[in-house]
Amino acid sequence: MQKTMTQPANTAEPAEKKTGNAAEYKGGELELRDIFLAHGDIDVVKNMSLKVAAGTTTCVIGPSGSGKSTLLRGINRLHEPRRGDILLDGRSVLRDKPESLRLRIGMVFQQFNLFPDHTALENVALAPQHVKRMPKGRAREIARARLCEVGLDSRSDHRPRDLSGGQQQRVAIARALAMDPEVMLFDEATSALDPELVNGVLELMAGLAGGGMTMVVVTHEMGFARKVADQVVFMDEGEVVEVGPPEVLFETPRTDRLSRFLSEVL
Amino acid sequence: MDNLELLRQTFLDGQAMLDVLPQLLGTGLKNTLIISIWATVIGTILGMILAIAGISRSWFIRGLARIYTDIFRGLPAIVTILLVGQGLARVSRDLFGASPYPLGIFALSLIASAYIGEIFRSGIQSVDKGQLEACKALGMSYPRAMALVVVPQGIRRVLPALVNQFISIIKDSSLVYFLGLLTAERELFRVGQDAAVNTGNLSPLVMAGIFYLIITVPLTHVVNHVDNKYRTGRRRPTAPRSGLDEVSELSSARDTTPAIRTSTGAQ
Repeated sequence: MQKTMTQPANTAEPAEKKTGNAAEYKGGELELRDIFLAHGDIDVVKNMSLKVAAGTTTCVIGPSGSGKSTLLRGINRLHEPRRGDILLDGRSVLRDKPESLRLRIGMVFQQFNLFPDHTALENVALAPQHVKRMPKGRAREIARARLCEVGLDSRSDHRPRDLSGGQQQRVAIARALAMDPEVMLFDEATSALDPELVNGVLELMAGLAGGGMTMVVVTHEMGFARKVADQVVFMDEGEVVEVGPPEVLFETPRTDRLSRFLSEVL
Repeated sequence: MDNLELLRQTFLDGQAMLDVLPQLLGTGLKNTLIISIWATVIGTILGMILAIAGISRSWFIRGLARIYTDIFRGLPAIVTILLVGQGLARVSRDLFGASPYPLGIFALSLIASAYIGEIFRSGIQSVDKGQLEACKALGMSYPRAMALVVVPQGIRRVLPALVNQFISIIKDSSLVYFLGLLTAERELFRVGQDAAVNTGNLSPLVMAGIFYLIITVPLTHVVNHVDNKYRTGRRRPTAPRSGLDEVSELSSARDTTPAIRTSTGAQ
């Protein structure tokens, strides 16, 4: 609490803060087979098949209402698929408890969804302590290390309301990473941020991608998709319209719909 | 002038008020607080169960909670107190002895739990859905997410409403006198009422009223204060900071990460 009063500049031991970058991630391989996701009687994602190789980044782009976010929520079964199969490291996960799948898949939300009555450190330590049943001290140690990686160790005692949107989103990323996921899902992670804070979060995500994390990123940041993605998926009306490496998709769109979408957003 | 003096003697007879003071302090205040606090504690426990039942995914459990709430919120307190106090007297005698005191507390608890259950339920349901989603995404089960994150947030939000409920229990506790309390069990109202009857003067009852106000008025203001504090948040005023500071904060932490702007393609 008393840290609130100290100066925000990270004056103390700047050398120690560079260690976070050394983290390497063991990304898993994700595959969706003929997934259908429905709201009531209406399929919002239809017959979706997608392979995300271990350690690669797939960006999902598309107009609003295209089912991107629903697709993402289908991957960790926040939205239960109506049909189809989800494979993680070659094994179907639909018959397991959803919780055991979600232990292996981290998710970052547009609205951060941090726990408002917990400090940044407690936000990150909560799940390791109560879901992975680590001793409190160990969970906090991990949380501190993760916060360090996202450049927020000096703010570990702040509550979300005392952090900027960009900082909150970085805490949310640290919170997901603390569970050692094999896959990270990002649901328009920078859409709610002030423009000058967007790059910080995107850089962090690029760092994860570079460190070997498997990522599925729903985004409107075409620059990010172009530079970081190994594969770009263009969705519209609940279906995959085009899939391919970014340079192909962005330079030579094959469909009229993608051309129109790109001309609107670029 | 005579009329004014008459009014003063009827309501504010200093001697009559002083005479009843020891009884109000020693017996009345003690019993009012005991009854109210017990009813609040039991009512809160029952209310929490009711709230959890009220948001259950089973329609049957939700329905039971709904019926319970409708009954005990819909009945006048005095009807519940008399029905419970007289109807369960035999059971109570075996458990607690002849005194109607425990039954009075029980009846007040039933009434309070219906209100407190609704307070908790609305608080829990007002918590943003994203909180539950974030918990689930971290691998928490529904019960654990509720217990660790959602319910505590909901409760914190309704603390002012709970204090209001406590105030209303304190006032309702006066109705327990209908069950016929022993001399040593009388609460504030009954002590004041007895003294008023004995002296033929209302001043002791006024004194009892003052005791109620001494408890309830400060509580009301505590509620308002707490409410305000939660509304404005615990945020301390800080000097405005440029968002650009934050950009450098991250880059100093990860200065070996290639920036997107300058990196070429996926690593």
